[in-house]
Amino acid sequence: MTKTTTDVAASPATGLGLTVEALTAGYPGRTAVAGVDLELPAGEVTAIVGPNGCGKSTLLRAIARLHKPDSGTVRAGDADVWQLTRRRAAHRIALLPQSPQAPEAVTVAGLVRYGRHPHQGLFRQWSREDERAVRSALEATGTAELAGRRLDQLSGGQRQRCWLAMVLAQETPVVLLDEPTSALDLGHGVEVLELVREVAAGGRTVLMVLHDLAAAARYADTLVAMNDGRVVAQGPAREVVSSELVKELYGIEADILRAPGDDSPVVVPRRG
Amino acid sequence: MLVAQEEAAPGAGSDPPIPAAAKAHRPTLWAALALTALLGVLVILSLLIGTGSSPFARAWDYLLGDPAARADAQLRLAVVDVRLPRTIAAVMVGVSLGVAGCLLQAVTRNPLAETGLLGVNNGAAFGVVLGLTYFGVKSPFAMLLWALVGGMAASSVVLLLAATGRAAGSPLRLVLAGSALGATFHGLTSYVLLSTQSTFDTFRYWTIGSLAGIETSDTYPLLPLIAVGLLVAFACVRPLSALALGDDGARALGHRPTRVRFAVAGAVTLLAGSAVALAGPIAFLGLLAPYAARTVTGPRMAGQLVLSGLIAANVMIVADVLARVVIRPWETPVSVLLALVGGPLLIWIARSSRMSTAGAA
Repeated sequence: MTKTTTDVAASPATGLGLTVEALTAGYPGRTAVAGVDLELPAGEVTAIVGPNGCGKSTLLRAIARLHKPDSGTVRAGDADVWQLTRRRAAHRIALLPQSPQAPEAVTVAGLVRYGRHPHQGLFRQWSREDERAVRSALEATGTAELAGRRLDQLSGGQRQRCWLAMVLAQETPVVLLDEPTSALDLGHGVEVLELVREVAAGGRTVLMVLHDLAAAARYADTLVAMNDGRVVAQGPAREVVSSELVKELYGIEADILRAPGDDSPVVVPRRG
Repeated sequence: MLVAQEEAAPGAGSDPPIPAAAKAHRPTLWAALALTALLGVLVILSLLIGTGSSPFARAWDYLLGDPAARADAQLRLAVVDVRLPRTIAAVMVGVSLGVAGCLLQAVTRNPLAETGLLGVNNGAAFGVVLGLTYFGVKSPFAMLLWALVGGMAASSVVLLLAATGRAAGSPLRLVLAGSALGATFHGLTSYVLLSTQSTFDTFRYWTIGSLAGIETSDTYPLLPLIAVGLLVAFACVRPLSALALGDDGARALGHRPTRVRFAVAGAVTLLAGSAVALAGPIAFLGLLAPYAARTVTGPRMAGQLVLSGLIAANVMIVADVLARVVIRPWETPVSVLLALVGGPLLIWIARSSRMSTAGAA
């Protein structure tokens, strides 16, 4: 590999896994995440599931450098994310917040260009490299023909694909998604999750928080079940999801069926 | 239908066109050129038109270098000593207020934010009153310095207040600290004024913003301040525009929102402080110019700053020229003219649906 002087070129867009060690984080008077360990390989989709308030969002925020952990480390590849400058960290980890805020009247292309900010600086303005990254992000998410449209005039599903394009344009090896389907109907939700699988297939490490256990079971390579700030189960959905787990996480009785295609677990709550 | 689009887009080999917004936005570019040209014309008009008895054509001859006109001492006085400094000051004040207003609206995400928000105007007023009452200030230049120091001091205290305690550095905290401290300074000013009659008379003229009586040399100490303010403003363009994604969104892109806010507030202090020192408090301009700029530029931050500065400079010159001729041979204060025009415009904006798209969260 040829050595380049810019740190941008030196950080590859793919191939770095994410490691979380003994991560503890919380708020004054409350521990939200208590000693979580995770090992996420590149090229896979990992989904964190769990009841409201189980600490999954705080965990994601601690990984994304939005919430300072009390102890523990987050590594993207070999680098401790919290030791990097904010800009360097943004070369390694991209985040799509749960309900992202869009600038007024922004166009799709304008939004996706924001993804290039970590790679730009006072003396490094818009480059061909940026243009290429934006173009490929638009194409990968099927939003290229929307590029000139205003974001606020698109449907929810289209909008979410545009946000995903922004995150992809950042060209980070690690991509974090906070409830990427929460505002979407079933069809558009599935569309976004299929897209997420493609992103991981391209070699990135994807970690997402999902509310929907069924969707998580179907689209994630690995499920991480959290309760009360701790990881209670971790592994392929097929092995992890059980009536006991559903009971432990959500406090309800449920049967687990198998999906006809791939045997992935389907959770069917029992009626009282 | 969506899925069909998705399948059609990738892998097609040919590059679908991406609008060239990364390059200059055409309407913004044209507007900037037109406004610059207009500014040139207005600068010349401002040198030609005045309260005095020197006719328009003679002033024109003077500008063209006609030897007879150049020899006319009275004409020289009118053009070089009276109108030129006013014109320079109008451009400086306009650019400063336009850019400062634009910065402040972006950083507070409030389309109605004004340059007085950081307590600059009230602080400057207090500085002037202090100088007049306790330090025997007489010259306009000394008053300018007192205004500058007062404005900067007030704004610095506001920034310090906003930087400490819970929710440090949030836009809301900035606004609250600004209005609280502004009110305090206003009260202090009133107190000093009520106790000293002589100060009150002089202060009355200062508080009605005007460019009358400015000398070219008055503008010198403010030039570097305005230059630094503008440099900081343009260095902050990208992080400032990222603030529109929310603080978390900006952080995820590698920005530091709090630091950006303070850098920008510092730039606003330099710009608004210089403007109030030169012309006294001038309302509306810092509010309306960014608004007008946004109708052309949309969300593009760099374009907003440039156009807002140019628009305000143009308006400022027009207002200053009108100030000389509306009730000739007397002067109408610029601030009064701007308020007469600005008030109704503001009401119109508040009523129009556009306000919601003017940068609010």
